[in-house]
Amino acid sequence: MLTYIIRRIFYAIPILIGVNLIVFFLFFVVNSPDQMARTILGEKNITQEDVDNWKRQNGYHLPLFLNQEESGGARFTQTTFFQKSVRLFLFDFGTSDANNIDITSQISQRMWASFAIALPTFLIGLLVNITISMIVAYYRATYVDFWGTIVAVIIMSISQLFYIIGGQWVFGKMLRLFPISGYDSGANMLKFVILPVIIGILSGIGGGIRFYRTIFLEEVNRDYVRTARAKGLSETVVLFKHALKNAMIPILTNVVLAIPFLFMGSLVMEAFFAIPGLGGFMIDAIQAQDFAIVRSMVYLGSVLYIIGFLLTDISYTLVDPRIRFD
Amino acid sequence: MLYRKLLKMSDKSYDYRAPAFGHRKRGTEWHYRHPLYGSAVFLTLFAFFIGCGVPNNPYPKSEQNKQIYYSTFDEEPKHFDPAVAYSSDEYNFIQQIYEPPVQYHYLKRPYELIPLTAEAVPQPLYLDASGLKLPPDTPAESVARAIYDIRIRPGIMYQPHPCFAKTEDGEWRYRNLIKADVKGFTEIKDFEMTGTRELIAADYVYQIKRMADPNVSCPIFSTLKNYILGMETYSAALAKGQEDAPFPGVEVVDRYTYRVILKEKYPQFVYWLAMPFFSPMPQEAIDFYKQPVLKERNIVIDRFPVGTGPYRIETLAPNKEIVLVKNENFRIERYPSSGESGDREAGLLADAWEIIPFVPKAVYKLEKEYIPRWNKFLQGYYDTSGISSDTFDSAITFSDAGDASASEALKAKSIVLRTSVSPTTVYLAFNMLDDTVGGYTEAKQKLRQAISIVLDYEEYIEIFLNGRGVASQSPIPPGIFGYEEGEVGMNPYVYHWHAATSRPIRKSVDTARRLLAEAGYPGGQDSKGNPLILHFDNAWTSAGATSILTWIRNRLDELGITMQSRTTDYNRFRDKVKNANFQIISWGWHADYPDAENFLFLLYGPNSRATHGGENTANYDNPAYNRLFEKIKNMENSPERLTLIREMKDILQRDAPWVFTYHPVSFGLAHEWVKNSKPRGLGGGTLKYLRIDASERVQSRQAWNQPVIWPIWACVGFLILGTIPAVITIWKRERGTG
Repeated sequence: MLTYIIRRIFYAIPILIGVNLIVFFLFFVVNSPDQMARTILGEKNITQEDVDNWKRQNGYHLPLFLNQEESGGARFTQTTFFQKSVRLFLFDFGTSDANNIDITSQISQRMWASFAIALPTFLIGLLVNITISMIVAYYRATYVDFWGTIVAVIIMSISQLFYIIGGQWVFGKMLRLFPISGYDSGANMLKFVILPVIIGILSGIGGGIRFYRTIFLEEVNRDYVRTARAKGLSETVVLFKHALKNAMIPILTNVVLAIPFLFMGSLVMEAFFAIPGLGGFMIDAIQAQDFAIVRSMVYLGSVLYIIGFLLTDISYTLVDPRIRFD
Repeated sequence: MLYRKLLKMSDKSYDYRAPAFGHRKRGTEWHYRHPLYGSAVFLTLFAFFIGCGVPNNPYPKSEQNKQIYYSTFDEEPKHFDPAVAYSSDEYNFIQQIYEPPVQYHYLKRPYELIPLTAEAVPQPLYLDASGLKLPPDTPAESVARAIYDIRIRPGIMYQPHPCFAKTEDGEWRYRNLIKADVKGFTEIKDFEMTGTRELIAADYVYQIKRMADPNVSCPIFSTLKNYILGMETYSAALAKGQEDAPFPGVEVVDRYTYRVILKEKYPQFVYWLAMPFFSPMPQEAIDFYKQPVLKERNIVIDRFPVGTGPYRIETLAPNKEIVLVKNENFRIERYPSSGESGDREAGLLADAWEIIPFVPKAVYKLEKEYIPRWNKFLQGYYDTSGISSDTFDSAITFSDAGDASASEALKAKSIVLRTSVSPTTVYLAFNMLDDTVGGYTEAKQKLRQAISIVLDYEEYIEIFLNGRGVASQSPIPPGIFGYEEGEVGMNPYVYHWHAATSRPIRKSVDTARRLLAEAGYPGGQDSKGNPLILHFDNAWTSAGATSILTWIRNRLDELGITMQSRTTDYNRFRDKVKNANFQIISWGWHADYPDAENFLFLLYGPNSRATHGGENTANYDNPAYNRLFEKIKNMENSPERLTLIREMKDILQRDAPWVFTYHPVSFGLAHEWVKNSKPRGLGGGTLKYLRIDASERVQSRQAWNQPVIWPIWACVGFLILGTIPAVITIWKRERGTG
């Protein structure tokens, strides 16, 4: 397994270089360092001298990819791309372009707020989705299955924004059961977390039921299920004991891959509930043209994605004895 | 029956019992637990949660009866360094903390400067080239130096701050710090020891020198270097590392007096002295913050101010909240005893002569979205609020006379509406370098006048701004010297005076058509019969912009002009403006200071955006206007100045380089428990004047936020009823197969 993991880590290096290159290219196709500087410095009374000064201070005065004024390796190293990218591979994200705050400390602070919402939403949502989809699968080809699927499709079809605004209106404004928005640390966090978690679960329930129902229905039509029924086992036992266990691989693929992204936050949810997480951090950076934060977050996302895939592969061996790394 | 059957199954030899309903394994034994056990626990916890007072209160119960001001911000402030900060998001905070020498009177309008830390509003001393004193009304061309001696009041102390902390031996407590000294530190309050010292004139001089430092990137340096003697040279020397270079434009006269020397007469300079750029900065703060271990921890002057103002930052989490608390060392300052007419009736002078600040703590929460912010304001959890278009109709009603007031629903909650005209001008700029819409011939003037007439901004204000605007006649907004009401202030090229109602009436579309025909485009076609197509460049990507663009298009259609919208991202749009690659754009300007010069300079030729990178986005360059501007820019307000400003306005109205659109009116709402609230478009630092009636707030919150629980019980009941058929089905199936 160790050899496999090491091999996968080596595979990750060109992927990360590629991601970094693409992000850099795309960002500077849309923006120039001059435009970045003007956005960050503001609109009023800004001269080209101020712009040049800002670029020099923030390391954007060098050519983007190739420095014709240098010779040898310096033609590539004395460029904005090289200077900005190398440190990323050491997980040194540096400081933001807009206000020089340390990006690593911001990420380490904000990811817990994102996590506080995402983890319970994910775990409870998973439990609810699997339970309901098993019930729907249990009642397959009945009115429960029919209406369950229709309701799931309806839930899927509605924007998350609707659930958020509607949830705030019903639970926060009309019933006055939860704060409409806000966030706090420690035990006070609970009252702020309940409403976004409920809304997160509700908004994700449609897709979840559809996905897991399909998996369970696929399983209940397999030979081993027929054998179990032939043995005289009850439908409950067949479903909960046999089908559930065998459905674990697609469930794990979905679940393990999602775990690293629990830290990355949800943009809309965080904005409406005033949660100081990473979703808002990223979107603010895009709006402010803060390339330092954008590239750090994309890089981090890529690393987490690679880790997610690696964990998924490892988890397969744990639930399915037929799968071996060698 | 089902459970009994399942329990029976558990007696069998195979271990299929685990999934059975309601069973938990303890050791090797399976025990039955009713399936509603979890729900009962949840409901008990829920009932307890509901029972704890008002469950939707976002604040700790301990804050309930305290005089805390609750407000919001929707953008994270990026800079707290007064030499760098220049946006309203930042000014909302730093103007409570830093104190420039002068401030605007809280209540009086037009805006009036009064001393803050200074003993008096500084008056300039003018000298000629030989150093002889000149009278105040000396023409600008005779003045070689303008000297401002600013004397600050003794006894003003800085907030408690670790940068001033000293050991018993008199050594700095927090200098030469190493990593271990600040392990786990994230904020200033993590430092145990603090100190203070008296504000001295050298602190102001030090700050002006910082503004010249290229490493600080002060946004107004490019403006100030044209006025303050030696600033540019000093900045260049700093860029070369010559920190001891001379800066003749600023000097310390004595412990409490400093001097600023300008190269020319510039009466508006005193307004700059009211901005946070000119706040004092103790050198101890910079010495403290420049330590590498603090920089590594984001503990820098750009985040943690050191001021003499009424408040200091207690909690700085810009991604969540910013908490200000009263500066323990704040001197005795009193609430104003006079204001403008109507202030006394509005209760704004009830606290005259009282010691300020009233509110010991202010909590600002980050709320990016308007809907939750508005709902929390209605619940009493925010003390003040603005109004968006979405809620305008439900929040504001207009009388027959057109006066706005809070709606009945808001009045029932004793919410008070305050309005004020913002010192802002919004305009459509024609590119004067463009072949079609630019130029200074009579035909071109008539083309632009025709467009100005047909773009009915009274209608626009009604449709798109819910009446929150004043149609503009010139660049100068109400409240600024040079703005005139009545016929004398009217733009005669767009309006005619209606004596019966004493108000200007926009000229007819027929008049506009005639002007267009005289401009060479009868019916919107040129002499060859080609339609007149104009491009409107913008960065309006939101859904709401479509209706505005349609409105502009429809209005121009009335003249036969085809308007094509060219929408791009903001970067491209800004480049187009910079390179004069447009025909018509929409732009705006918010005053830095309340002087006509700060608006009229927007059309001064040498400020052209395309040729000089200035703020003149229309690239208007009329020599007659330029000459007048050069005269008025250095004049004190006087009848002579007003005459010249009228001439300038007349030139602008005739040339029409802009479609003068509107000056926004800001509508603000406040709960009745917020006392002394008066909107102000210029200057900040108004928190110190506000007073909160905490007991009234507690009562209102309690009354407005009692939880409604019955729908929850109804849902639980429906859920239980709904599960019965399912349970029966399971039971039947199990009995059939088990």
